[in-house]
Amino acid sequence: MTMIGLEIHCQLTNLQSKLFCSCKANYREFEINENICPICIGLPGSLPRLNKESVKKATVIAMALNCSTPEKIAFFRKNYFYPDLPKNFQITQLNIYGDTSIGGPGSIMVGDKKIRITRIQLEEDPGRLIYEGSSSKNQITLVDYNRAGTPLVEIVTEPDFETPKEVRDFLNILSDLLENLGVADPSLEGAMRADANVSIKGGKKVEIKNIGSFHDLEKAVHFEITRQESLSSRDIPIIQETRHWDDKRKITVSARSKEEELDYRYFLEGDIPWIKIDSKIQEQLKSEMPESISSKKERYVSIYDISSQVADVLSSDKFYSDLFEESHTEKTAKEIANIITTDLMGLVDTREKRESSKLTATHLRELAEFIQSGKISRNSSKNALYEIVKTGKDLPTIISELDLGNVSDASELSEIIQQVISEEPQAVEQAKTNPQTINYLVGKVMQKTKGKADPTLTLDLLKKQMDI
Amino acid sequence: MNLKISALDYIQEVKNGNVSAEDFVAKTLEQIETVDDKLHAFLSVNEKAVEQAREIDKKIKSGEKVGDCFGMPISIKDNLCIKGSKTTCASKMLGDFIAPYDATVITKLKQQDAIFIGKVNMDEFAMGLTTEFSAYGPSKNPWNTEYVPGGSSGGSAVSVSAFECVASLGSDTGGSVRNPASFCSTVGYKPTYGLISRFGLISYANSIEQIGPLTRTVKDTAFMLNQISGIDPNDNTTIDNNNEDYLSGIDSGIEGKKIGVIQEMIGEGIDPAVLSATKQAISKLESLGAICEEVSLDMVKYSVAAYYTITATEAGSNLARYDNLRYGYDFPVEGYEFNSYISKARRNFGPEVTRRMILGGFVPSAGHAGKYFLKALKVKSKLTKEINEVFKKFDLLIAPTVPVLPFKLGEKINDPVALFLLDINTVTANLTGKPAISIPFSHSKGLPIGIQLLANSKQDKLLLRAAYALEQTVTLPEVPL
Repeated sequence: MTMIGLEIHCQLTNLQSKLFCSCKANYREFEINENICPICIGLPGSLPRLNKESVKKATVIAMALNCSTPEKIAFFRKNYFYPDLPKNFQITQLNIYGDTSIGGPGSIMVGDKKIRITRIQLEEDPGRLIYEGSSSKNQITLVDYNRAGTPLVEIVTEPDFETPKEVRDFLNILSDLLENLGVADPSLEGAMRADANVSIKGGKKVEIKNIGSFHDLEKAVHFEITRQESLSSRDIPIIQETRHWDDKRKITVSARSKEEELDYRYFLEGDIPWIKIDSKIQEQLKSEMPESISSKKERYVSIYDISSQVADVLSSDKFYSDLFEESHTEKTAKEIANIITTDLMGLVDTREKRESSKLTATHLRELAEFIQSGKISRNSSKNALYEIVKTGKDLPTIISELDLGNVSDASELSEIIQQVISEEPQAVEQAKTNPQTINYLVGKVMQKTKGKADPTLTLDLLKKQMDI
Repeated sequence: MNLKISALDYIQEVKNGNVSAEDFVAKTLEQIETVDDKLHAFLSVNEKAVEQAREIDKKIKSGEKVGDCFGMPISIKDNLCIKGSKTTCASKMLGDFIAPYDATVITKLKQQDAIFIGKVNMDEFAMGLTTEFSAYGPSKNPWNTEYVPGGSSGGSAVSVSAFECVASLGSDTGGSVRNPASFCSTVGYKPTYGLISRFGLISYANSIEQIGPLTRTVKDTAFMLNQISGIDPNDNTTIDNNNEDYLSGIDSGIEGKKIGVIQEMIGEGIDPAVLSATKQAISKLESLGAICEEVSLDMVKYSVAAYYTITATEAGSNLARYDNLRYGYDFPVEGYEFNSYISKARRNFGPEVTRRMILGGFVPSAGHAGKYFLKALKVKSKLTKEINEVFKKFDLLIAPTVPVLPFKLGEKINDPVALFLLDINTVTANLTGKPAISIPFSHSKGLPIGIQLLANSKQDKLLLRAAYALEQTVTLPEVPL
């Protein structure tokens, strides 16, 4: 049986500062080595100053993954030499002296399958290596420490996955969950990284390191299963080893065996005293936790009568569900849910588009109300939405500027209807005997008004003018 | 002008207008010029000291608010960061390191208008008891320059006792303040763990070490504690002392206090002169109304082994950052692969540091941790439990600071095990986090003997009170400079 276990590294990108200093957690906007200080580059004499907010955020993640949360946590040093590690040790967590990591065993449902979480730990991200030079002979390694000390949460799972698809489904759920908690933006480059353990029937466990994105994680797991199955089919034994993910060639490559022999000499980090997270603090954190995705979905379906499919899409994306929460009224909820899922999602489908969008909750509410009161047709509302997102002008202005308003003036509409009746004698006759075909005539009226005719009024007038 | 005055007297003299900071600092620099060739306390001298003192004098004259130190010249152990000045840890590895920030203690003293007269010598990375492990040559004992001044804060003790400053800051990981204080006849203080911020102190064994003052009098130590102690957001291990005033009530005596005499620290190997000085100290304390009784701390016999195991482990980790990639000394990287570069660059560590880092790679390693490192932690926790029990019955403990007299330079440098045993009386305070003080008490063959007092955690004030009482019973000869 194929067994896959994951170690997910998730940066707490929404925090203000790094794990042990006041440099920015959001290092991406800085020039190389500009987001650093004596603490995060480990200058002699500097000491870690724990960012308490990171402990809270990591605890909330543990809670959301149904993990146990110990009342006292500790930090450890993991000692090894590497140029991206300014102190040549990493401050991390460990459970060798009891459960002192931020999260203990937990689980999460992926479809009908329960994926067990082994533990969750809070640790510092190392810096970033940049390789320059064309050949291996003149290659130089540069180090950018802007990332060093960024708060990182490591989520370790049991080997409960059997297929790459299960891995992908889990990652999707996890991404949505982290985003919904407001702790991280999984779409940022390098914000989510992973290691995976893969073993197939009769083979030893192989660890794949360095997978830089969730997208590649699925690929890496797939590649590794295929590689192992191919070895197995040729009766070549699968050895226990560490392999690296080569993201250019999209294959796994055996790491030097030396890396497996590393002894990290873990011991308690004396510069950070044990931290108490007692039941009172835990209760407080729990009460401040945002509503879960599944609870949102349930509420959308039961209270607003939104279809299960629409509710699913809406609840799992924090950006859209926040927008929905802010804009909807009892009356407009269903309409707004539809606008968001059928029209808006296509308009702002990238991070850049979301950020540059001028749409506000008020816009959305007004648009729904206009549709419901017949002031704008559903068709024209799409054009209006496009304009709003682009310009941020208010809806009445856009309607008058682009002439998108419904034709709801009875006399104006009557004229157009009369025209249609005279142009389509055959259809008129048919409608008289089979009332369902009247929609064809409504469509013709719409065509002539460029979709702006008030549909209810059009139908009424048509019937009246045809004497049916 | 009298350079031999205490810190408190200096402040009084400046306040009274009898002395200007500029004159005193200039005179101090002259003294360094005169005696330091012989003593080698200083690794670098602050060229701007006189100028800085002049600024403080201006403030005094114009009636502006002046900090509590009034331009007092203080020497600083070279493992404490002062912004813009070389901080070498007496190591070739940090030969070119200029600190870009101030340690918290430095910030606090600057705010109180102290003058940092210079950076003083030490054993490399504070590992040693004689300053002979300084990469820049040993300091000499002012009482007899053929003798070691003690260590690792040897430069601090020498500079205080030879009047090259009024007070000094050192650091104490296993006795590094108290040992040289005892050997050079100054007061040396190791506070309760967490009382003084370690931010800006270059770590050796961070879980047990503290910055501590070396001064001429107990009151000066209390004054220094007033300046530098207290909670610091930059050091998560600091404790809140509610701005305690360590000078107030320091002279209220020790009538009725119970003092335990630690038997394990006056046993085998003790120099007879040291033993007799200890007995004298006990009888003086008794004459002041204290009640002295024998007390036993079983775990002390394992304390030095535990101390070296723990400090080596932490040092192995704390000193790993010195790979010369970001700072250090001039050694080009071109042509090296990372691992071969750092192993080459790290050859600039001296022999004692190398020895302890090799030990530090071994004792906590997988397969050996159970036998060494974890056992050492067990000793530490048992010793702490034991001493806590003792402090339920006793207010204070007493022992000689070092069981032997100062010895000659070169006498023990090749005998690491003999050097290790010099720590036996001092490491207990570090392993248990308790405050301890060494005060000058006696002399034998022209060499100083210090007496050590210990108190329970956060009982620093009581400890200073007892030390002050004992100090008042002593008259000592003047240093033969």
